Amino acid sequence: MELGVYGFGDVHRDPVTGAAVSSQQRMADLLERARLADEVGLDYFGVGEHHRADFAVSSIVPVLAAAAAQTKNIKVGSAVTVLSTEDPVRVYQQFATLDLLSGGRAELTAGRGSFIESYPLFGADLNDYEALYEEKIALLLALNEAGRKEESITWSGKFRPALDDATIYPRPVDNNLDIWIATGGTPASSARAARLGTNVIYALLGGSVNSFARHAQLFRAEAAQAGHDAGALKVGVSAVGLVAKDGAADTFYPYYRHLMDGISRERGFSAPNRISYDMQAAPSGGIYVGTPEQVAEKILLTREHMGHDRHILQMDLASVPQKDVLKSIELLGTEVKPLIDAELAQKAAA
Amino acid sequence: MSIQTLKQHDPATTTIGILGAGKVGTGVARQAIKAGYRVLIAASGDPKDISLIISVMAPGAVAVSAAEAMAAADLVVLSVPLHKFRTLDPAGLAGKHVLDTMNYWRDTNGDMPELEAAPSSSEMVHAHIPGARLAKSLNHIGYHELELDARPAGAPDRRALAVTSDDGQTRDLVLGFVEHLGFDAVDGGSLAGGAAFEPGTPIFTGSYDRPGLQAELLAHAAGATGEGRELAPAH
Repeated sequence: MELGVYGFGDVHRDPVTGAAVSSQQRMADLLERARLADEVGLDYFGVGEHHRADFAVSSIVPVLAAAAAQTKNIKVGSAVTVLSTEDPVRVYQQFATLDLLSGGRAELTAGRGSFIESYPLFGADLNDYEALYEEKIALLLALNEAGRKEESITWSGKFRPALDDATIYPRPVDNNLDIWIATGGTPASSARAARLGTNVIYALLGGSVNSFARHAQLFRAEAAQAGHDAGALKVGVSAVGLVAKDGAADTFYPYYRHLMDGISRERGFSAPNRISYDMQAAPSGGIYVGTPEQVAEKILLTREHMGHDRHILQMDLASVPQKDVLKSIELLGTEVKPLIDAELAQKAAA
Repeated sequence: MSIQTLKQHDPATTTIGILGAGKVGTGVARQAIKAGYRVLIAASGDPKDISLIISVMAPGAVAVSAAEAMAAADLVVLSVPLHKFRTLDPAGLAGKHVLDTMNYWRDTNGDMPELEAAPSSSEMVHAHIPGARLAKSLNHIGYHELELDARPAGAPDRRALAVTSDDGQTRDLVLGFVEHLGFDAVDGGSLAGGAAFEPGTPIFTGSYDRPGLQAELLAHAAGATGEGRELAPAH
Protein backbone atom coordinates (compact mmCIF):
# COMPACT_ATOMS: atom_id res chain seq x y z
CA MET A 1 0.00 0.00 0.00
CA GLU A 2 1.27 3.44 -0.89
CA LEU A 3 1.69 6.08 1.80
CA GLY A 4 2.54 9.71 1.38
CA VAL A 5 2.21 13.31 2.45
CA TYR A 6 0.75 16.41 0.90
CA GLY A 7 0.39 20.08 1.75
CA PHE A 8 -0.29 23.56 0.47
CA GLY A 9 2.68 25.47 1.85
CA ASP A 10 0.70 26.62 4.85
CA VAL A 11 1.83 30.06 6.10
CA HIS A 12 -0.65 30.67 8.89
CA ARG A 13 0.88 32.40 11.90
CA ASP A 14 1.51 29.60 14.41
CA PRO A 15 -1.56 29.77 16.68
CA VAL A 16 0.39 28.30 19.62
CA THR A 17 3.65 30.24 19.54
CA GLY A 18 2.52 33.24 17.51
CA ALA A 19 5.53 32.77 15.25
CA ALA A 20 5.24 33.96 11.67
CA VAL A 21 6.76 32.03 8.81
CA SER A 22 7.77 33.51 5.48
CA SER A 23 6.70 31.99 2.18
CA GLN A 24 10.37 31.60 1.34
CA GLN A 25 10.98 29.62 4.51
CA ARG A 26 7.93 27.48 3.81
CA MET A 27 9.20 26.58 0.36
CA ALA A 28 12.45 25.41 1.97
CA ASP A 29 10.36 23.47 4.52
CA LEU A 30 8.36 21.78 1.77
CA LEU A 31 11.53 20.64 0.03
CA GLU A 32 13.00 19.37 3.30
CA ARG A 33 9.81 17.34 3.80
CA ALA A 34 10.05 15.94 0.28
CA ARG A 35 13.68 14.88 0.82
CA LEU A 36 12.86 13.19 4.11
CA ALA A 37 9.75 11.50 2.73
CA ASP A 38 11.91 10.08 -0.07
CA GLU A 39 14.66 8.97 2.33
CA VAL A 40 12.26 7.09 4.63
CA GLY A 41 10.65 5.28 1.72
CA LEU A 42 7.31 7.02 1.39
CA ASP A 43 5.62 6.72 -1.98
CA TYR A 44 4.07 10.09 -2.64
CA PHE A 45 4.76 13.78 -2.13
CA GLY A 46 2.02 16.14 -3.20
CA VAL A 47 1.32 19.86 -3.16
CA GLY A 48 -1.97 21.51 -3.90
CA GLU A 49 -2.84 25.01 -5.03
CA HIS A 50 -4.57 27.79 -3.19
CA HIS A 51 -4.78 31.42 -4.16
CA ARG A 52 -5.02 32.89 -0.68
CA ALA A 53 -2.85 34.75 1.80
CA ASP A 54 -2.61 31.78 4.16
CA PHE A 55 -0.99 29.38 1.68
CA ALA A 56 2.25 29.82 -0.27
CA VAL A 57 1.67 27.39 -3.12
CA SER A 58 -0.42 28.65 -6.00
CA SER A 59 1.88 27.31 -8.71
CA ILE A 60 2.34 23.60 -8.20
CA VAL A 61 4.75 22.43 -10.86
CA PRO A 62 7.83 24.52 -9.92
CA VAL A 63 7.57 23.23 -6.35
CA LEU A 64 7.28 19.64 -7.55
CA ALA A 65 10.11 20.14 -10.01
CA ALA A 66 12.37 21.31 -7.19
CA ALA A 67 11.22 18.37 -5.06
CA ALA A 68 11.88 15.98 -7.93
CA ALA A 69 15.39 17.36 -8.38
CA GLN A 70 16.20 16.66 -4.73
CA THR A 71 14.70 13.16 -4.51
CA LYS A 72 15.22 9.79 -6.13
CA ASN A 73 12.26 7.48 -5.85
CA ILE A 74 9.21 9.24 -4.49
CA LYS A 75 6.33 10.13 -6.83
CA VAL A 76 5.61 13.85 -7.05
CA GLY A 77 2.14 15.06 -7.85
CA SER A 78 -0.55 17.65 -7.48
CA ALA A 79 -3.05 17.53 -4.63
CA VAL A 80 -4.91 18.99 -6.41
CA THR A 81 -4.67 20.90 -9.68
CA VAL A 82 -7.79 23.08 -9.94
CA LEU A 83 -8.42 22.10 -13.53
CA SER A 84 -11.57 24.19 -13.93
CA THR A 85 -9.55 27.38 -14.18
CA GLU A 86 -6.62 26.01 -16.18
CA ASP A 87 -5.91 25.34 -19.81
CA PRO A 88 -5.58 21.55 -20.10
CA VAL A 89 -2.98 21.89 -22.86
CA ARG A 90 -0.69 23.95 -20.62
CA VAL A 91 -1.33 21.66 -17.67
CA TYR A 92 -0.47 18.63 -19.78
CA GLN A 93 2.73 20.27 -21.03
CA GLN A 94 3.80 21.25 -17.52
CA PHE A 95 3.26 17.80 -16.09
CA ALA A 96 4.86 16.14 -19.10
CA THR A 97 7.90 18.34 -18.45
CA LEU A 98 7.84 17.40 -14.76
CA ASP A 99 7.61 13.74 -15.74
CA LEU A 100 10.71 14.08 -17.92
CA LEU A 101 12.61 15.94 -15.20
CA SER A 102 11.71 13.36 -12.57
CA GLY A 103 12.29 10.24 -14.62
CA GLY A 104 8.62 9.30 -14.80
CA ARG A 105 7.67 10.13 -11.23
CA ALA A 106 5.08 12.83 -12.01
CA GLU A 107 1.38 12.47 -11.36
CA LEU A 108 -1.49 14.83 -11.97
CA THR A 109 -4.51 14.91 -9.70
CA ALA A 110 -7.31 16.99 -11.17
CA GLY A 111 -10.09 18.46 -9.09
CA ARG A 112 -12.25 21.47 -8.62
CA GLY A 113 -10.87 22.59 -5.25
CA SER A 114 -12.95 23.53 -2.24
CA PHE A 115 -12.20 27.25 -2.58
CA ILE A 116 -13.20 29.42 -5.51
CA GLU A 117 -10.53 32.13 -5.51
CA SER A 118 -9.10 30.91 -8.79
CA TYR A 119 -12.35 31.59 -10.69
CA PRO A 120 -12.30 35.41 -10.75
CA LEU A 121 -8.49 35.37 -10.92
CA PHE A 122 -8.44 33.50 -14.22
CA GLY A 123 -11.67 34.78 -15.69
CA ALA A 124 -13.84 31.71 -15.13
CA ASP A 125 -17.54 32.03 -14.35
CA LEU A 126 -18.81 30.06 -11.39
CA ASN A 127 -22.04 29.51 -13.33
CA ASP A 128 -19.99 27.25 -15.60
CA TYR A 129 -18.74 25.17 -12.64
CA GLU A 130 -19.92 21.84 -14.05
CA ALA A 131 -19.40 22.58 -17.73
CA LEU A 132 -15.87 23.87 -17.18
CA TYR A 133 -14.79 20.75 -15.38
CA GLU A 134 -16.54 18.37 -17.78
CA GLU A 135 -14.87 19.92 -20.78
CA LYS A 136 -11.42 20.31 -19.28
CA ILE A 137 -11.10 16.86 -17.78
CA ALA A 138 -12.27 15.35 -21.08
CA LEU A 139 -9.68 17.35 -23.03
CA LEU A 140 -6.89 16.53 -20.59
CA LEU A 141 -7.61 12.81 -20.89
CA ALA A 142 -7.90 13.09 -24.67
CA LEU A 143 -4.47 14.74 -24.78
CA ASN A 144 -3.00 11.92 -22.72
CA GLU A 145 -4.69 9.33 -24.91
CA ALA A 146 -3.39 10.98 -28.08
CA GLY A 147 0.08 11.09 -26.50
CA ARG A 148 -0.09 7.40 -25.63
CA LYS A 149 -0.91 6.56 -29.24
CA GLU A 150 1.60 9.09 -30.54
CA GLU A 151 -1.20 10.69 -32.51
CA SER A 152 -2.25 14.26 -33.10
CA ILE A 153 -5.49 15.61 -31.73
CA THR A 154 -8.38 17.50 -33.27
CA TRP A 155 -10.74 18.95 -30.73
CA SER A 156 -13.17 21.79 -30.18
CA GLY A 157 -15.00 23.02 -27.11
CA LYS A 158 -16.42 26.06 -25.43
CA PHE A 159 -13.69 27.26 -23.11
CA ARG A 160 -10.51 27.26 -25.19
CA PRO A 161 -9.56 27.56 -28.85
CA ALA A 162 -10.02 24.46 -30.99
CA LEU A 163 -7.12 22.13 -31.72
CA ASP A 164 -6.71 21.21 -35.35
CA ASP A 165 -4.52 18.17 -35.91
CA ALA A 166 -2.28 19.38 -33.09
CA THR A 167 0.54 17.42 -31.50
CA ILE A 168 1.41 18.45 -27.97
CA TYR A 169 5.05 18.53 -26.89
CA PRO A 170 6.88 17.42 -24.92
CA ARG A 171 5.58 13.92 -24.40
CA PRO A 172 5.94 12.42 -20.94
CA VAL A 173 8.03 9.34 -20.17
CA ASP A 174 6.51 6.29 -21.89
CA ASN A 175 4.04 8.70 -23.53
CA ASN A 176 1.80 8.49 -20.50
CA LEU A 177 0.87 10.68 -17.56
CA ASP A 178 -0.64 9.14 -14.44
CA ILE A 179 -3.87 11.05 -13.93
CA TRP A 180 -6.14 10.91 -10.90
CA ILE A 181 -9.44 12.62 -10.19
CA ALA A 182 -10.00 14.02 -6.70
CA THR A 183 -13.46 14.24 -5.20
CA GLY A 184 -15.04 15.35 -1.96
CA GLY A 185 -17.74 12.72 -2.23
CA THR A 186 -20.45 13.75 -4.63
CA PRO A 187 -21.65 10.37 -5.98
CA ALA A 188 -21.69 11.69 -9.55
CA SER A 189 -17.96 12.50 -9.23
CA SER A 190 -17.12 8.87 -8.43
CA ALA A 191 -19.24 7.78 -11.36
CA ARG A 192 -17.55 10.26 -13.68
CA ALA A 193 -14.01 9.23 -12.69
CA ALA A 194 -15.00 5.59 -13.19
CA ARG A 195 -16.48 6.19 -16.62
CA LEU A 196 -13.39 8.16 -17.64
CA GLY A 197 -11.20 5.32 -16.44
CA THR A 198 -8.93 7.36 -14.18
CA ASN A 199 -7.76 6.65 -10.66
CA VAL A 200 -9.78 8.39 -7.94
CA ILE A 201 -8.81 9.93 -4.62
CA TYR A 202 -11.27 10.88 -1.89
CA ALA A 203 -10.83 13.84 0.43
CA LEU A 204 -11.70 12.28 3.76
CA LEU A 205 -11.55 15.44 5.80
CA GLY A 206 -13.03 14.35 9.09
CA GLY A 207 -16.04 12.12 9.40
CA SER A 208 -15.22 8.48 9.91
CA VAL A 209 -13.04 5.81 8.34
CA ASN A 210 -16.04 4.32 6.52
CA SER A 211 -17.33 7.62 5.09
CA PHE A 212 -16.30 6.67 1.57
CA ALA A 213 -16.88 2.93 1.58
CA ARG A 214 -19.93 3.19 -0.66
CA HIS A 215 -18.16 5.64 -2.95
CA ALA A 216 -15.28 3.22 -3.55
CA GLN A 217 -17.82 0.49 -4.24
CA LEU A 218 -19.68 2.78 -6.65
CA PHE A 219 -16.41 3.72 -8.38
CA ARG A 220 -15.53 0.08 -9.05
CA ALA A 221 -19.07 -0.83 -10.14
CA GLU A 222 -19.25 2.10 -12.58
CA ALA A 223 -15.77 1.37 -13.92
CA ALA A 224 -16.70 -2.25 -14.60
CA GLN A 225 -19.96 -1.21 -16.25
CA ALA A 226 -18.07 1.24 -18.45
CA GLY A 227 -15.82 -1.58 -19.60
CA HIS A 228 -12.68 -0.60 -17.69
CA ASP A 229 -10.55 -3.05 -15.72
CA ALA A 230 -11.79 -1.90 -12.31
CA GLY A 231 -9.05 -3.81 -10.54
CA ALA A 232 -6.37 -1.87 -12.40
CA LEU A 233 -7.75 1.52 -11.36
CA LYS A 234 -6.44 2.89 -8.08
CA VAL A 235 -8.41 4.33 -5.19
CA GLY A 236 -6.76 6.77 -2.79
CA VAL A 237 -7.60 8.66 0.36
CA SER A 238 -6.31 12.05 1.38
CA ALA A 239 -6.81 12.98 5.00
CA VAL A 240 -5.37 15.07 7.81
CA GLY A 241 -3.24 13.69 10.60
CA LEU A 242 0.00 13.61 12.52
CA VAL A 243 2.14 10.75 13.81
CA ALA A 244 4.14 11.05 17.03
CA LYS A 245 5.49 8.68 19.65
CA ASP A 246 3.37 10.45 22.22
CA GLY A 247 1.03 13.40 22.49
CA ALA A 248 0.16 13.52 18.78
CA ALA A 249 -3.51 14.37 19.39
CA ASP A 250 -2.65 17.16 21.84
CA THR A 251 0.05 18.57 19.57
CA PHE A 252 -2.22 18.58 16.52
CA TYR A 253 -5.38 19.91 18.13
CA PRO A 254 -4.66 23.68 18.39
CA TYR A 255 -3.60 23.75 14.73
CA TYR A 256 -6.61 21.75 13.57
CA ARG A 257 -8.82 23.97 15.70
CA HIS A 258 -7.31 27.16 14.30
CA LEU A 259 -7.71 26.09 10.68
CA MET A 260 -11.25 24.78 11.16
CA ASP A 261 -12.26 27.89 13.11
CA GLY A 262 -11.33 29.97 10.09
CA ILE A 263 -13.05 27.72 7.56
CA SER A 264 -16.13 27.40 9.78
CA ARG A 265 -16.38 31.18 10.03
CA GLU A 266 -16.16 31.55 6.28
CA ARG A 267 -18.70 28.86 5.56
CA GLY A 268 -21.09 29.43 8.45
CA PHE A 269 -20.43 26.10 10.16
CA SER A 270 -20.39 25.82 13.92
CA ALA A 271 -16.82 25.94 15.24
CA PRO A 272 -15.16 22.65 16.14
CA ASN A 273 -14.32 21.84 19.73
CA ARG A 274 -12.22 19.31 21.59
CA ILE A 275 -15.14 16.89 21.86
CA SER A 276 -15.81 16.76 18.12
CA TYR A 277 -12.05 16.55 17.52
CA ASP A 278 -11.62 13.67 19.96
CA MET A 279 -14.46 11.80 18.30
CA GLN A 280 -12.63 12.02 14.98
CA ALA A 281 -9.28 11.22 16.56
CA ALA A 282 -10.80 8.05 18.07
CA PRO A 283 -10.07 4.72 16.31
CA SER A 284 -12.94 4.92 13.81
CA GLY A 285 -12.81 8.68 13.27
CA GLY A 286 -11.48 10.43 10.20
CA ILE A 287 -8.48 12.28 11.67
CA TYR A 288 -5.32 10.14 11.41
CA VAL A 289 -3.54 11.31 14.54
CA GLY A 290 -1.70 9.16 17.07
CA THR A 291 1.19 6.80 17.61
CA PRO A 292 2.56 4.85 14.65
CA GLU A 293 0.54 1.82 15.82
CA GLN A 294 -2.68 3.82 16.10
CA VAL A 295 -2.29 5.45 12.70
CA ALA A 296 -1.36 2.13 11.07
CA GLU A 297 -4.45 0.52 12.63
CA LYS A 298 -6.67 3.31 11.40
CA ILE A 299 -5.33 3.19 7.84
CA LEU A 300 -5.83 -0.59 7.82
CA LEU A 301 -9.38 -0.15 9.13
CA THR A 302 -10.04 2.36 6.36
CA ARG A 303 -8.68 -0.16 3.90
CA GLU A 304 -11.11 -2.79 5.14
CA HIS A 305 -13.94 -0.42 4.23
CA MET A 306 -12.54 0.89 0.96
CA GLY A 307 -9.86 -1.46 -0.29
CA HIS A 308 -7.82 1.60 -1.18
CA ASP A 309 -4.32 1.58 -2.64
CA ARG A 310 -2.93 4.86 -1.39
CA HIS A 311 -3.30 6.92 1.76
CA ILE A 312 -1.79 10.40 2.01
CA LEU A 313 -1.77 12.76 4.97
CA GLN A 314 -1.76 16.52 5.29
CA MET A 315 0.22 17.22 8.44
CA ASP A 316 0.97 20.93 8.41
CA LEU A 317 -2.47 22.39 9.16
CA ALA A 318 -2.15 26.02 10.22
CA SER A 319 1.63 25.78 10.45
CA VAL A 320 2.19 22.74 12.65
CA PRO A 321 5.90 23.22 13.49
CA GLN A 322 8.35 21.85 10.96
CA LYS A 323 10.06 19.66 13.57
CA ASP A 324 6.74 17.90 14.33
CA VAL A 325 5.96 17.49 10.64
CA LEU A 326 9.41 16.03 9.96
CA LYS A 327 9.14 13.63 12.89
CA SER A 328 5.72 12.58 11.63
CA ILE A 329 7.02 11.98 8.10
CA GLU A 330 9.88 9.93 9.52
CA LEU A 331 7.53 7.78 11.62
CA LEU A 332 5.12 7.35 8.73
CA GLY A 333 7.95 5.90 6.66
CA THR A 334 9.94 3.99 9.26
CA GLU A 335 7.15 2.64 11.49
CA VAL A 336 3.64 3.08 10.04
CA LYS A 337 4.55 1.75 6.60
CA PRO A 338 6.34 -1.39 7.86
CA LEU A 339 3.43 -2.14 10.21
CA ILE A 340 0.94 -1.86 7.36
CA ASP A 341 3.12 -3.84 4.95
CA ALA A 342 3.56 -6.63 7.51
CA GLU A 343 -0.15 -6.82 8.24
CA LEU A 344 -1.07 -6.89 4.55
CA ALA A 345 1.59 -9.51 3.79
CA GLN A 346 0.25 -11.66 6.60
CA LYS A 347 -3.29 -11.31 5.26
CA ALA A 348 -2.16 -12.14 1.74
CA ALA A 349 -0.40 -15.27 3.00
CA ALA A 350 -3.37 -16.41 5.08
CA MET B 1 -44.99 16.39 21.02
CA SER B 2 -42.96 13.55 19.65
CA ILE B 3 -45.52 10.88 20.54
CA GLN B 4 -48.25 12.88 18.91
CA THR B 5 -46.26 13.55 15.75
CA LEU B 6 -45.25 9.91 15.45
CA LYS B 7 -48.91 9.14 14.90
CA GLN B 8 -49.07 11.53 11.99
CA HIS B 9 -48.03 8.96 9.46
CA ASP B 10 -46.79 5.44 9.04
CA PRO B 11 -43.49 5.12 7.11
CA ALA B 12 -44.68 1.88 5.53
CA THR B 13 -47.46 3.71 3.70
CA THR B 14 -45.61 6.96 3.04
CA THR B 15 -43.60 7.72 -0.08
CA ILE B 16 -40.67 10.12 0.02
CA GLY B 17 -39.65 11.65 -3.30
CA ILE B 18 -36.16 13.14 -3.28
CA LEU B 19 -35.05 15.66 -5.90
CA GLY B 20 -31.25 15.53 -6.08
CA ALA B 21 -28.96 12.49 -6.02
CA GLY B 22 -25.92 14.17 -4.48
CA LYS B 23 -24.43 13.82 -1.01
CA VAL B 24 -27.52 15.07 0.79
CA GLY B 25 -30.14 13.41 -1.39
CA THR B 26 -28.56 9.95 -1.17
CA GLY B 27 -27.86 10.45 2.56
CA VAL B 28 -31.50 11.32 3.30
CA ALA B 29 -32.56 8.39 1.11
CA ARG B 30 -30.48 5.91 3.13
CA GLN B 31 -31.94 7.06 6.42
CA ALA B 32 -35.49 7.14 5.07
CA ILE B 33 -35.16 3.58 3.78
CA LYS B 34 -33.80 2.50 7.16
CA ALA B 35 -36.88 4.06 8.75
CA GLY B 36 -39.14 2.00 6.47
CA TYR B 37 -40.26 4.60 3.94
CA ARG B 38 -40.69 3.96 0.25
CA VAL B 39 -38.12 6.22 -1.40
CA LEU B 40 -38.00 7.56 -4.93
CA ILE B 41 -35.04 9.64 -6.01
CA ALA B 42 -34.48 11.76 -9.10
CA ALA B 43 -31.67 13.77 -10.65
CA SER B 44 -32.18 16.23 -13.47
CA GLY B 45 -31.84 13.75 -16.32
CA ASP B 46 -32.80 10.22 -17.31
CA PRO B 47 -33.24 7.96 -14.25
CA LYS B 48 -31.10 5.33 -16.04
CA ASP B 49 -28.12 7.67 -15.61
CA ILE B 50 -28.30 7.40 -11.82
CA SER B 51 -29.60 3.87 -11.37
CA LEU B 52 -26.18 2.40 -10.56
CA ILE B 53 -25.36 5.32 -8.26
CA ILE B 54 -28.61 4.77 -6.38
CA SER B 55 -28.23 0.99 -6.18
CA VAL B 56 -24.87 1.45 -4.43
CA MET B 57 -25.34 4.68 -2.48
CA ALA B 58 -28.93 4.13 -1.33
CA PRO B 59 -29.90 0.50 -1.92
CA GLY B 60 -33.66 0.11 -1.86
CA ALA B 61 -34.41 3.55 -3.24
CA VAL B 62 -35.82 3.70 -6.75
CA ALA B 63 -34.36 6.00 -9.40
CA VAL B 64 -37.17 7.81 -11.21
CA SER B 65 -37.72 10.97 -13.23
CA ALA B 66 -38.28 14.21 -11.33
CA ALA B 67 -41.86 14.28 -12.60
CA GLU B 68 -42.51 10.80 -11.22
CA ALA B 69 -40.90 11.64 -7.89
CA MET B 70 -43.08 14.70 -7.47
CA ALA B 71 -46.27 12.99 -8.62
CA ALA B 72 -45.93 9.88 -6.46
CA ALA B 73 -44.53 11.40 -3.27
CA ASP B 74 -46.40 12.19 -0.08
CA LEU B 75 -43.42 14.33 0.86
CA VAL B 76 -41.01 15.82 -1.69
CA VAL B 77 -37.48 16.50 -0.38
CA LEU B 78 -35.48 19.24 -2.14
CA SER B 79 -31.76 18.53 -2.15
CA VAL B 80 -30.43 20.16 -5.32
CA PRO B 81 -27.69 22.81 -5.10
CA LEU B 82 -29.47 25.99 -3.99
CA HIS B 83 -28.47 27.97 -7.08
CA LYS B 84 -30.45 25.50 -9.18
CA PHE B 85 -33.72 26.28 -7.38
CA ARG B 86 -35.17 27.83 -10.54
CA THR B 87 -35.05 24.44 -12.22
CA LEU B 88 -37.68 23.19 -9.74
CA ASP B 89 -41.05 22.73 -11.42
CA PRO B 90 -43.67 24.99 -9.76
CA ALA B 91 -46.56 23.07 -11.35
CA GLY B 92 -45.22 19.68 -10.27
CA LEU B 93 -44.79 20.87 -6.70
CA ALA B 94 -48.09 22.78 -6.42
CA GLY B 95 -50.14 21.49 -3.51
CA LYS B 96 -47.41 19.05 -2.44
CA HIS B 97 -45.83 18.76 0.98
CA VAL B 98 -42.24 19.82 0.31
CA LEU B 99 -39.19 19.75 2.57
CA ASP B 100 -36.38 22.18 1.74
CA THR B 101 -33.01 20.87 2.98
CA MET B 102 -30.94 23.39 1.00
CA ASN B 103 -28.49 26.04 2.15
CA TYR B 104 -26.65 28.96 0.71
CA TRP B 105 -22.94 28.21 0.36
CA ARG B 106 -21.03 30.81 -1.59
CA ASP B 107 -18.28 28.44 -2.71
CA THR B 108 -20.84 26.32 -4.51
CA ASN B 109 -23.73 28.63 -5.20
CA GLY B 110 -21.84 31.79 -6.13
CA ASP B 111 -23.31 35.18 -5.33
CA MET B 112 -27.10 35.12 -5.04
CA PRO B 113 -28.31 38.71 -4.69
CA GLU B 114 -31.95 37.55 -4.64
CA LEU B 115 -31.23 36.04 -1.22
CA GLU B 116 -30.89 39.53 0.22
CA ALA B 117 -34.57 40.15 -0.41
CA ALA B 118 -35.73 37.03 1.45
CA PRO B 119 -35.95 36.48 5.22
CA SER B 120 -34.51 32.98 4.77
CA SER B 121 -33.33 30.97 1.78
CA SER B 122 -36.53 28.92 2.01
CA GLU B 123 -38.59 32.08 1.40
CA MET B 124 -36.61 32.64 -1.79
CA VAL B 125 -37.30 29.06 -2.86
CA HIS B 126 -40.96 29.42 -1.91
CA ALA B 127 -41.29 32.50 -4.09
CA HIS B 128 -40.37 30.28 -7.06
CA ILE B 129 -42.74 27.43 -6.07
CA PRO B 130 -45.57 29.40 -4.43
CA GLY B 131 -48.06 26.54 -4.68
CA ALA B 132 -45.87 24.18 -2.63
CA ARG B 133 -46.62 23.57 1.03
CA LEU B 134 -43.09 24.18 2.15
CA ALA B 135 -41.15 23.24 5.28
CA LYS B 136 -37.47 23.69 6.09
CA SER B 137 -35.43 21.12 8.01
CA LEU B 138 -32.46 18.72 7.79
CA ASN B 139 -30.38 21.62 6.43
CA HIS B 140 -28.46 22.16 9.65
CA ILE B 141 -26.99 18.68 10.08
CA GLY B 142 -24.11 17.23 8.06
CA TYR B 143 -25.17 14.46 5.72
CA HIS B 144 -22.76 12.00 7.36
CA GLU B 145 -24.24 12.86 10.73
CA LEU B 146 -27.72 11.89 9.56
CA GLU B 147 -26.44 8.35 9.79
CA LEU B 148 -23.97 8.70 12.67
CA ASP B 149 -26.20 10.68 15.05
CA ALA B 150 -29.57 8.97 14.47
CA ARG B 151 -30.90 7.36 17.66
CA PRO B 152 -34.12 5.63 18.68
CA ALA B 153 -36.77 7.78 20.37
CA GLY B 154 -35.98 8.29 24.03
CA ALA B 155 -32.21 7.75 23.71
CA PRO B 156 -30.46 10.10 26.13
CA ASP B 157 -28.04 11.39 23.49
CA ARG B 158 -30.64 11.87 20.75
CA ARG B 159 -29.93 14.95 18.68
CA ALA B 160 -32.66 17.51 17.98
CA LEU B 161 -33.45 19.07 14.60
CA ALA B 162 -35.62 22.09 13.89
CA VAL B 163 -38.60 22.22 11.53
CA THR B 164 -40.31 25.36 10.25
CA SER B 165 -43.32 25.76 8.01
CA ASP B 166 -46.30 28.05 7.43
CA ASP B 167 -48.52 25.01 6.78
CA GLY B 168 -49.78 23.06 9.80
CA GLN B 169 -50.20 19.72 8.02
CA THR B 170 -46.82 19.95 6.34
CA ARG B 171 -45.24 20.84 9.68
CA ASP B 172 -46.75 17.74 11.31
CA LEU B 173 -45.71 15.51 8.43
CA VAL B 174 -42.12 16.77 8.53
CA LEU B 175 -41.92 16.65 12.34
CA GLY B 176 -42.94 13.00 12.08
CA PHE B 177 -40.46 12.36 9.26
CA VAL B 178 -37.58 13.82 11.28
CA GLU B 179 -38.60 11.74 14.32
CA HIS B 180 -38.69 8.56 12.23
CA LEU B 181 -35.22 9.34 10.85
CA GLY B 182 -33.91 9.18 14.42
CA PHE B 183 -33.99 12.73 15.76
CA ASP B 184 -36.03 14.80 18.20
CA ALA B 185 -38.04 17.15 16.00
CA VAL B 186 -38.48 20.67 17.35
CA ASP B 187 -41.12 23.02 15.98
CA GLY B 188 -39.33 26.22 15.00
CA GLY B 189 -42.44 28.14 13.94
CA SER B 190 -43.04 29.86 10.63
CA LEU B 191 -40.93 29.32 7.51
CA ALA B 192 -39.22 32.69 7.98
CA GLY B 193 -37.99 31.35 11.33
CA GLY B 194 -35.69 29.08 9.33
CA ALA B 195 -33.19 31.96 9.43
CA ALA B 196 -32.45 30.75 12.97
CA PHE B 197 -30.71 27.64 11.65
CA GLU B 198 -29.12 28.78 8.42
CA PRO B 199 -25.35 28.94 7.87
CA GLY B 200 -23.68 31.36 10.26
CA THR B 201 -25.95 30.58 13.20
CA PRO B 202 -24.96 28.50 16.24
CA ILE B 203 -27.60 25.92 15.32
CA PHE B 204 -26.21 25.35 11.82
CA THR B 205 -24.09 22.16 12.13
CA GLY B 206 -24.19 22.55 15.91
CA SER B 207 -25.33 19.55 17.93
CA TYR B 208 -28.11 20.08 20.46
CA ASP B 209 -30.59 18.05 22.46
CA ARG B 210 -34.22 19.14 22.49
CA PRO B 211 -34.01 21.69 25.36
CA GLY B 212 -30.75 23.05 23.98
CA LEU B 213 -32.21 23.54 20.51
CA GLN B 214 -35.38 25.14 21.87
CA ALA B 215 -33.24 27.56 23.90
CA GLU B 216 -31.18 28.48 20.83
CA LEU B 217 -34.32 29.04 18.73
CA LEU B 218 -35.74 31.32 21.44
CA ALA B 219 -32.45 33.17 21.76
CA HIS B 220 -32.41 33.78 18.01
CA ALA B 221 -36.01 35.02 18.07
CA ALA B 222 -35.21 37.34 20.97
CA GLY B 223 -32.07 38.67 19.32
CA ALA B 224 -33.29 38.70 15.73
CA THR B 225 -29.98 40.23 14.75
CA GLY B 226 -29.92 38.91 11.24
CA GLU B 227 -26.55 37.41 12.04
CA GLY B 228 -27.36 34.52 9.74
CA ARG B 229 -26.67 36.64 6.69
CA GLU B 230 -23.05 37.26 7.59
CA LEU B 231 -21.26 34.82 5.35
CA ALA B 232 -18.42 36.99 4.19
CA PRO B 233 -14.97 35.76 5.18
CA ALA B 234 -14.07 37.03 8.62
CA HIS B 235 -10.46 37.53 7.70
